Amino acid sequence: MRSDRNNAAPLGLKIAAGAGLAFLHLPILLIFLYAFTTEEKSYQFPPPGYTLQWFAVTWNRPDVWAAMGLSVRVAAISTAIALVLGTLCAAAVSQTKFFGRETISLLVILPIALPGIITGIALRSAFSFAEIPFSFWTIVLGHATFCVVVVYNNAVARFRRVSGSLIEASMDLGADGFQTFRYIILPNIGTALLAGGMLAFALSFDEVIVTTFTAGQQSTLPIWMLEELVRPRQRPVTNVVAMVVVLLTFLPILGAYYLTRDGDQVAGGGK
Amino acid sequence: MTIAADTSILARRENTSGRLSDFFWRNPKILLLLMLTPPLLWLGVIYLGSLFALLLQSFFSIDDFSGLINYEFTLATYRQLLIPSNFDIILRTVVMAVLVTLASAVIAFPIAYYAARYARGKWKVIFYLGVMLPLWSSYLVKVYAWKLILAKEGIVTWALAKLNLLWVLDAWLSLPVVGGTSLSISYTGTFIVFIYVWMPFMILPIQAALERVPGNLIEASADLGGHPAQTFRYVLFPLALPGIIAGSIFTFSLTLGDYIIPQIIGSSRLFIGQAVYAQQGTAGNIPLAAAFTVVPIVIMGLYLWMAKRQGAFDAL
Amino acid sequence: MTAVLFQQVSRHFGAVRAVDSVDLAIAEGEFFAMLGPSGSGKTTCLRLMAGFEQPTSGHIEIFGETAEGVPPYRRNVNTVFQDYALFPHLSILENVAYGLMVKGVAKAERLKAAEEALAMVKLPGYGTRRPGQLSGGQRQRVALARALVNRPRVLLLDEPLGALDLKLREQMQEELKSLQKSLGITFVFVTHDQGEALSMADRIAVFNDGKIQQLGTPEEVYKRPKTRFVADFVGSSNVLPPDFVAGLGFSKGYASLRPEAITLGESGPGRKHFTGRVVAASFLGAANRVTVEAAGARVAAMVPASLAVPAEGETVTFSFLADDLHQMDGAQ
Repeated sequence: MRSDRNNAAPLGLKIAAGAGLAFLHLPILLIFLYAFTTEEKSYQFPPPGYTLQWFAVTWNRPDVWAAMGLSVRVAAISTAIALVLGTLCAAAVSQTKFFGRETISLLVILPIALPGIITGIALRSAFSFAEIPFSFWTIVLGHATFCVVVVYNNAVARFRRVSGSLIEASMDLGADGFQTFRYIILPNIGTALLAGGMLAFALSFDEVIVTTFTAGQQSTLPIWMLEELVRPRQRPVTNVVAMVVVLLTFLPILGAYYLTRDGDQVAGGGK
Repeated sequence: MTIAADTSILARRENTSGRLSDFFWRNPKILLLLMLTPPLLWLGVIYLGSLFALLLQSFFSIDDFSGLINYEFTLATYRQLLIPSNFDIILRTVVMAVLVTLASAVIAFPIAYYAARYARGKWKVIFYLGVMLPLWSSYLVKVYAWKLILAKEGIVTWALAKLNLLWVLDAWLSLPVVGGTSLSISYTGTFIVFIYVWMPFMILPIQAALERVPGNLIEASADLGGHPAQTFRYVLFPLALPGIIAGSIFTFSLTLGDYIIPQIIGSSRLFIGQAVYAQQGTAGNIPLAAAFTVVPIVIMGLYLWMAKRQGAFDAL
Repeated sequence: MTAVLFQQVSRHFGAVRAVDSVDLAIAEGEFFAMLGPSGSGKTTCLRLMAGFEQPTSGHIEIFGETAEGVPPYRRNVNTVFQDYALFPHLSILENVAYGLMVKGVAKAERLKAAEEALAMVKLPGYGTRRPGQLSGGQRQRVALARALVNRPRVLLLDEPLGALDLKLREQMQEELKSLQKSLGITFVFVTHDQGEALSMADRIAVFNDGKIQQLGTPEEVYKRPKTRFVADFVGSSNVLPPDFVAGLGFSKGYASLRPEAITLGESGPGRKHFTGRVVAASFLGAANRVTVEAAGARVAAMVPASLAVPAEGETVTFSFLADDLHQMDGAQ
């Protein structure tokens, strides 16, 4: 669909597309507004007044900081594991033709293709069966499982571009397997891996469904928010945290976009 | 051009990396095996293993008196799925998933179509990020935003009051099934939030499918006397269908398994996800919880199989 | 000395015999062409020399040293790839210096060598650009410089001119030829373009179905094709059927006869003649190509543009020197 630059879109289509985008964005903007409200007990609109005091209150809440810290650590380690596993899978699938590569792709996609609750409950019952107590590492195990696909999707597209004659050219010029990886493959897939890693981080940072099953008494930031949603304690603090979370997740998404915009698009099938 | 070698075969590099490199070059299968072992151990053994263990438990039953699991093969748990109260849950969830998928496709199509056919340069980027940012925004924050919007004292009520249209809302809420005491505790509310949260997953696959359609195909249809509606029906829609199916895999699967949205925004009637959560948690009936999870797995299995036959995976 | 030696080399992919019992000896300093249609096995032979493929059976030597089982990075053989395969993330200079870098040549030395190589292919000062900023012809030269800077003992070229337009291709043919002469490196190049092979190569191997059909100098291959395939593929020789050949007084068997060896009119001493009905005539600039049907065979002849062109359906007599008819042995 590239031929018709001059055609203007029909008005109806413009309105429908614009309204669709507005539908996606207005609720998030509303969160920003509520972060400044003076109303504590209800979700009154329009807010009766505006204040900055809840930012200070939130800043001084140790439970928010603890949840945030846990989420960052879980996301960092899960991303690291997913980077290794996803890259290995993508390399194997794209560099060689072997029996069962379709199966591998399916296996990688399965943890996000199946509803999160199934992954969660399966891991939980496996932990209890193997008598593994819930810990930081049980959360990481769950997160890394569904983060692999994000790295994989980003890497596999780029690997396809590098594979073939570039690798042969490198070997032809005297580079052995390790040199070829170091000087040719890595620089070419680097940005895709970085983008995949950022998305994996965002995915892990935000995950709640699997986490409710694999976390014991620990609260990641989403778990903290879920508790506030079910049993609100201090609504304005939740408002502020929600706004900060939105801003924080925008960063890796924008970063991933700028890293991959020249070539393959960021894999949307992430969650 | 000073570096000349007079041998045709260069000497083997006698360091570790040189030797390893030669070894892997001679035995590419071993390299492949080494690369595949860690991910296969993780995904194939830990993840699939857990999944199978869970499915296995659905063939056990729970002793009604002691509350302990009876490790004998039985289909009794599956029969339990079919009792009216449980079957209602399944039906309710599937109907909701179908409606959410259809509505998502309807809302997503114009956005995807505009982005694929008309948006250029800067606008292309704006559309792309305009979809990606909400898609990747925190799930809970999005649900929370709707709690704010749909609350009785929230923006919807306020806006309708300003427009003197509150009676419309009241009339809608007094309807059976879709109504309720307020939007945030009705199926309508659940439905809206499901669409909001999962619809972005529909846009990108449709857009990808439409971008593969040459623009002159649409002109050709118009040229042959095709009315816009006919062009849509016979040219555009069939070409976008693989994208719609690919997107629906997400909207359908994600709705089937969600247990948080209906818990926060909706009536007290359960969805599959909530039933699984309740059965494994408070009720402690792992076999029934496992049997419930089999339902979305089977439905998604069938769905993926059909989608594959339609060639939808190319649009993913 | 023999640069590349193939002894009964085969490469099978499953049931497909891409290369089937090929014997080959390429001499040092030779400009050697492997000519054939796609799927004929010529590219697989090139990949066997580079080390990207291993023979299923048979023996390969490069300058007397056994090559099978030796990875590409340990062969002092370099390749110019069909799609050039320039590294997109490196500058032109880094591309050219790559081979020296991985061999551990010091930076100053390898950059100097790369600059010299770029100057040799007439691209001095292009070092800081990226491959994406160059035209197809320039990329081709960079690929050439990147291979030659390593001073390979054999340079392999895989359809090197295939992606260039006609004018550029003719210019590059001459440059490649003079480069090869001045460097004295053995060039082996793969092409499906018989004109290219005939004009550039010292010797040509014509491939079909994984086998070498004929190996010889361009003149031999062109004038005395051994098989019908070679006669068909190289140039536009007439392939005359056995009965037609016998009818002219030669021994019965397939024979080839080039259109430009045939002249209009009665014969003189040492000439053979035949009569046929004109079925087609087309103007080619310097000459007209006239096709006649004679004794069950179709024969094309080149008639100089100065002569009148016989009309379709007219009966004409053609003659040729008996020596110009080439009888093919073992032709199928």
